[in-house]
Amino acid sequence: MAEEKSVSTPPAPKGAAAPKHVVVGQYPPPPDISRRNFLMSWAGLAWGTFTLANGVGAAATLRFMMPNVLFEPPQKFKAGKLDDYEWDKPDERFKTAQKAWLMKTHADWNKKPAFIALDTTCTHLGCTPNVLFSESKIKCPCHGSGFRFNGVNFEGPAPRPLERYKVYLDPIDGQIIVDKTKKFLYEKGEWEDKESYIDLSSA
Amino acid sequence: MPLFIKEFLNNFFNPTVYVVISIIGFVVMMATYRVWTKPRIAMGLLALMVLFFIASWSDPNFNKIVTKPDNVPIVSLVFILGFFLWLSLRQAAINDERIERGEPPREATEANDRVLVWPDLVYSELICMVIFTAVLVLWSVFIPAPLEEPANPGKTPNPSKAPWYFLGLQEMLVYFDPWIAGVVLPTMIITGLICIPYCDKNPKGVGYYTLKERPFAITTFLFGFIVLWVTLIIMGTALRGPNWNFFGPYEKWDVHKLETLSNVNLSEYFWIHLLHKGLPEHWFARELPGILLILGYMFVMPPLLAATVCRKMFQQIGFLRYNIVILHLIVMAGMMIKMVLRWTINLKYIVFIPEYFFNI
Repeated sequence: MAEEKSVSTPPAPKGAAAPKHVVVGQYPPPPDISRRNFLMSWAGLAWGTFTLANGVGAAATLRFMMPNVLFEPPQKFKAGKLDDYEWDKPDERFKTAQKAWLMKTHADWNKKPAFIALDTTCTHLGCTPNVLFSESKIKCPCHGSGFRFNGVNFEGPAPRPLERYKVYLDPIDGQIIVDKTKKFLYEKGEWEDKESYIDLSSA
Repeated sequence: MPLFIKEFLNNFFNPTVYVVISIIGFVVMMATYRVWTKPRIAMGLLALMVLFFIASWSDPNFNKIVTKPDNVPIVSLVFILGFFLWLSLRQAAINDERIERGEPPREATEANDRVLVWPDLVYSELICMVIFTAVLVLWSVFIPAPLEEPANPGKTPNPSKAPWYFLGLQEMLVYFDPWIAGVVLPTMIITGLICIPYCDKNPKGVGYYTLKERPFAITTFLFGFIVLWVTLIIMGTALRGPNWNFFGPYEKWDVHKLETLSNVNLSEYFWIHLLHKGLPEHWFARELPGILLILGYMFVMPPLLAATVCRKMFQQIGFLRYNIVILHLIVMAGMMIKMVLRWTINLKYIVFIPEYFFNI
C-alpha cells in the first residue's frame, strides 16, 4: 500500500487513546473534544436546555396529578343508623351520589348476618348493574352478569364478586360510616376482614 | 303470521340454535354457491325474506325492534349484504364454470368494454352522490336521531348496547374477560387482515371473481365477516333484550324474564365433579388443567394440523407464513369453541385466575 501515509495527529488529551494513524482521504480527523469540553460546548448547552425543559414539563404534569381542589364527594360518608335500613334489600339511596349499595343481610357469604357496603361497579367491564328486587339479584344490563344481593357473582361473565367498602359505626353518634378509600376483594380473602362488614350476629 | 309459528320460533331460538343455524347456513351457502346464485333461485330467496318481514310486520314486538331508529341500518344491512354476497358469488360461479371449460374468466374478455373515467365514471359517481345525499336527508327528516336522556350514573339503560357495529364484540364479551374480548381478539382481527397480503401466495383470482381458485382465502374471510361479525351484530340488535337475555324474534322484552345462566369454571369441573376433591389452595395447581389445555391447544394444534389436514398448505406457504395463518385460524375457532362450551356445559372460564385478573 504505497499511497497510504501515516500522518501525525494533533496531540491528544491525556488518557484518551489517540488513533495511531489515519488513512488520508477516507476518514475525517477525529473531533478534538473531550467529555469535559462537550459539556461546555453549544451542543451541551442545547441538550442541557432540552433536558431542563422536559424536566420542568414532567414536574408540571406530576403537579397536575395533585389538584388543589377536588370536585368529588368526600370518600368517607355517614349513612345514618342501622335501623334506617331494611333487612336483605340493597338500599339505593347512595347509589347515584356515592356508587354504593348499603344493606343489612341475614345471609352474607359466610351465612352470618352483617351490614355491608357494595361498590356498584360490575367486576366484568364496569357498568352499573340494576337491582332486580323481585328476582333477588343484581343484574348487569351490559353483558348479563348476575350477582346475589351479598355481592357474590353467580351468572354471566363477571369473574369475581362485587367489591366492598370499609364500614364501621361511629363511636360517638352510632351512625354508619362508609369509607370508600379502603376496598375489600373477595378473591383475595379480604371479606373475612373485620373492617369489611359490621357484625350483626347479636342484633 | 299464525300464532303457532311465532310460538315455535320464540321457543326454538336460543343463542346455540342461532349460531349453529348461521354456521350451517354459511357452509351450505358456500358449498352450493353455483345453485342458489342462479337469478331465479336468488329472487326466490329474496322474496322469502321480504315475505318474512311482511308477515312479521304486524307483530308488535317484531315491529318495535325493526322500526327502532337505531336498528334501521341493521335491517338494511341484511338486504344490502345479501345483495352483494349474491353479486360476488354469482360472478364467481359464472367464472368458475368458464374456467372449468377452459375459457378465460369473463373479466378478461371484457377488455374492449372498458369505459373512460371522464366522463363515464365520474358521471355515475355524481349521480350516486346526489341520490345518497337525498336518501340521507330524507332519512334524517323522517327518522329522528335516537337521542336519549342525559347520562345518569344511577340509572343504566337496560339493555345497554354498544353502537351497532360493535355488537359482535359486545356479544364476545359475554363469553370472555374484557382484556381478551376487548383487546386481544379485536387486535387479532386487525393483525389477521394485515397479514393477508404477506401470507397469501396464491397468484390466482387477480382482477376477476372466483371461488374455486381461492377457496381457503375467501371462505375464511367470509366466515370471519359473516358468521363472526354480521350475524352476531344481528343477534345483538334484534335478539338481545333487557339484562342481556336472549329473546325470540316475537317475544316481548320482559325485564323480569328469568334465565338460568349459572356457570361453572373448568377447575371446578375437573377437581370437584371429576376427581371429587376440593379445589387446591394455590391458583397454579387449581388452574393447571385449564392452563395445560390452552397451551396444548395453542402449541400442539399447529404442528398436528400441519401433519394432517393442512399438510398441503404448510408445504405451499412455508413455516413462518403457516404459523401466522394457523395462529389466527385456531384463535378464531377457539372463540366459537368457547361459545359452544358456554352454551352446552355452562363453562365459565377455562383458565380462571381472578387473583391476577387473568381469565380465558
